[in-house]
Amino acid sequence: MTPPALVLASVLIPALGTVFVLLLRNNPNAREAASLVTAGVLFGTVLRVYRAVMAGDRPAIVLAEPIPGIPIELEAEPLGVLFALIASFLWIVTTLYAIGYMRGHHEENQTRFYTFFAFAIASVMGVAFAGNLFTLFIFYELLSLTTFPLVTHAGTEAAKRAGRIYLGVLFSTSIVFQLLAIIWTYAIAGTLDFTSGGILSGRAAAGIVPVLLGLFVFGVGKAAVMPFHRWLPAAMVAPTPVSALLHAVAVVKAGVFSILKITVYIFGIDFLTQVGASVWLMWVAAATIILGSLVAFTKDNLKARLAYSTVSQLSYIVLGAMLANASGVIGGGMHIVMHAFGKITLFFCAGAIMVAAHKTEVSQLKGLGRTMPVTFFAFFIGTLSIVGLPPAGGSWSKWFLGMGALEAGQVGLVAVLMLSSLLSLAYLMEIPLKGFFYAPDEAPHHAGVHEAPTPSLIAIVATAVACLILFVFPDPFYELMTLVVTP
Amino acid sequence: MSEHYVVLLVLVPLLASPLCMFSRNARAAWGFAVLACLTSLYLVFQVWTEVMATGPITYHLGDWAPPVGIEYRVDAVNAWVLLIVAVIGSVVAPYARVSVEREVEAARIPLFYSAFLLCFTGLLGIAVTGDVFNVFVFLEISSLSAYGLIALGQDRRALTSAFRYLIMGSVGATFIVIGIGLMYVMTGSLNMADLAQLLPQVWDTRTIKVAYGFLAVGVFLKLALFPLHLWLPNAYTFAPSAVTAFIAATATKVAVYMLLRFFFTVFGAPFSFDVMRLDLVLLPLALVAIVSMSLVAIFQVNVKRLLAYSSVAQIGYMILGISFASVTGLTAALLHLFNHALMKGALFMAMGCVMYRVGSVHIDAMAGLGRRMPLTMAAFVVAGLSLVGVPLTVGFISKWYLILGALERGWWPVAVLVLITSVMALVYVWRVVEVAYFQEFPHDEDTQEAPWALLIPMWVLVLANVWFGIDAQTTVASAEQAARTLMGGVP
Repeated sequence: MTPPALVLASVLIPALGTVFVLLLRNNPNAREAASLVTAGVLFGTVLRVYRAVMAGDRPAIVLAEPIPGIPIELEAEPLGVLFALIASFLWIVTTLYAIGYMRGHHEENQTRFYTFFAFAIASVMGVAFAGNLFTLFIFYELLSLTTFPLVTHAGTEAAKRAGRIYLGVLFSTSIVFQLLAIIWTYAIAGTLDFTSGGILSGRAAAGIVPVLLGLFVFGVGKAAVMPFHRWLPAAMVAPTPVSALLHAVAVVKAGVFSILKITVYIFGIDFLTQVGASVWLMWVAAATIILGSLVAFTKDNLKARLAYSTVSQLSYIVLGAMLANASGVIGGGMHIVMHAFGKITLFFCAGAIMVAAHKTEVSQLKGLGRTMPVTFFAFFIGTLSIVGLPPAGGSWSKWFLGMGALEAGQVGLVAVLMLSSLLSLAYLMEIPLKGFFYAPDEAPHHAGVHEAPTPSLIAIVATAVACLILFVFPDPFYELMTLVVTP
Repeated sequence: MSEHYVVLLVLVPLLASPLCMFSRNARAAWGFAVLACLTSLYLVFQVWTEVMATGPITYHLGDWAPPVGIEYRVDAVNAWVLLIVAVIGSVVAPYARVSVEREVEAARIPLFYSAFLLCFTGLLGIAVTGDVFNVFVFLEISSLSAYGLIALGQDRRALTSAFRYLIMGSVGATFIVIGIGLMYVMTGSLNMADLAQLLPQVWDTRTIKVAYGFLAVGVFLKLALFPLHLWLPNAYTFAPSAVTAFIAATATKVAVYMLLRFFFTVFGAPFSFDVMRLDLVLLPLALVAIVSMSLVAIFQVNVKRLLAYSSVAQIGYMILGISFASVTGLTAALLHLFNHALMKGALFMAMGCVMYRVGSVHIDAMAGLGRRMPLTMAAFVVAGLSLVGVPLTVGFISKWYLILGALERGWWPVAVLVLITSVMALVYVWRVVEVAYFQEFPHDEDTQEAPWALLIPMWVLVLANVWFGIDAQTTVASAEQAARTLMGGVP
């Protein structure tokens, strides 16, 4: 296949995978095999796109042209490839995990689950490879729609309420702020193409750039910048594989990825630095970082705590984009990867604890580490990566973000980063500590509790090990990000 | 032969109408109606293609030369409106058979199709003619038949709704004819092109300004511009499903066309916007309509009424586009004319399917229909998202141009308001979706999917919503050409 065909295939493969999932609905083993094979083929395809892009190619394909001058176009560039790589790789791992989880948890409507999961991944690929703002917006909205049935999977009153918040926040922000910003951009620049160095430089008046950028940052509700973060904790009613892949990786990363992409390819980092348009948003992001961490402290429910931790961590990436210098953008991009592996590990562990020991609250975990050592040790490694301590990959992204803050002359932000690291260390480390070093409240209660089902355990170990590998071997992602900032 | 297409497209349904009445057989009447609609559609399509390729077509009735004789004149604007009416008529007519058998007394079914064709004729006639008095005649044909159609609804409240519409509609029509009469007094002409030439000489007379006022109010009543919309919600709610789908998608659209024709072609944009300051009337009314009616729609429990209020809000979008008095604004209004016909047609047809199987369109009656009637509710979801303006549907294309128009004028608060009301649309559409997908079906009896005779026409419209959302080149080009024609003045 030619590189443009590969890009198109990345979007079509998961969509086609749903056909097999639906056809094989009466045979769960074959159905899950179809999901796994689709995920594997997708990752292979994205790898080939990666090779083409590293060779200097920028494969692009126009699908349709709804409004004259504004095509629906897919184009692979380094930042998109980075996002597509982690999303497709983690889809394989999550599918493996989901097999153990969904069966262990006796969930209903599993065929619907796998079908919409694949559709969501197809939308994610569309976000990753969108060639212009219009295409990005389309796949962004499709992603909200395709994940709605996953969030409301349980069909209960609570799920319905959460679904309402989920769709309400994501649609309101994207329609009222993001769409306005997109049409405004078009009215100013006459184009929506992602272009190296941006399209607004020299066209937009300096006074409106901060407003426009603000509309984008708040309009991309998936980035969960406060005060538009409420949908993310609400989405935690979904089954854990959904929380893990979609609400720690695919959906939220689609948000921050969009912000990074818009910053680099629509505004252009030089133009932003020149007009100083992003300074106020740095502090919005910094506030979200700190407040998210503080709220995480107050949550006893493990998934809720992880959700607020995600809110806080996402703003690291937003901050990286708003710093608008090479180190900041590299740090933001690297953090997409590092946080993805770290947080998915934590969610996997949370799900494993729920399936194996039926525990959902942090305060119930005392001594559980002795019966589930692998899970709790993986949680420990994931924590290291989120906090940004060696020997886990998270260290690199924090390093670059700190550099970026210094280069931008914002010493205050470096302090924010340090403080937030301490906070996250405190609220996350509590879990492995409780697990390993506290005596169980009521000893016989844990009798009969084992580790999670084997497929899930494999997934947990895989992502935890990946966190460690990324510390030694972050080069491919660093190289991709270097390509993004050097036109 | 082909030069007569312009008049034949009106004559075919007009002549088929008595055939329906005399056939006294429901099936035969339906057959005539479908055949007449499809023939008209073919003729309209030919005319539209020719207009888009070679420019305006004129036709002199009985070979009497204008301005004395009646002239039919089709340019980019009315070719577009003709297409909307003919397409919707041709989709609703096949849909009507099963739906009407259920909702209308058997003995009255031939009369139903007779009135339906008359209404169709009247709407096409308003669009095709180049003579202002002829507009009034066709307006009365379409309105009177519409009152009859609405009165055929099962619910007894259909009678009072039809009567109310009759009173309000007649007031509107009277105002229009007074306006036409005053213009005739001043110029001695009824031909639109001729009037456009003569009126500038008498612009500053009070008579013409009064004529303008009468026409404006009359047309506002007909197109249900807030606060003259009071006849609409009941009429849409209690009419038979097929009638609601047809009238909601066409009648108000043709009234918007009348507004465009009178105020842009006959009086001309300079008189309307520089002398009469029409934009100062349209802009606030449109904004109030959009916001208040979207809000009212959120609290409705009858889904047809909900959609009716939504229609008043959507008409506000069209009027808003017109009030920009720019090519982009008019393009948005004209696009929305077509796009809104597609989405509301599909939505009311979905309600027709629910009415057919469940017998009620109360929001509680939707419970569990997501599983019981998957194709119907899927159609509702897609058309509903189009109403919200989600990308890849036609609703998005109209919103895009509307906001672009607002930003061009520098009216960003208007743009924000349009986007906020889109979210309100999401709320009222989603209320129905939640009930349909999250509540259990309350009855034990097996309610099944609607019959194919209803599903196929409905899905034609639903797919059109998506098709023209993905490839809007043709619709945008037509709307833009029509907008340029309007801004240019004389057709």
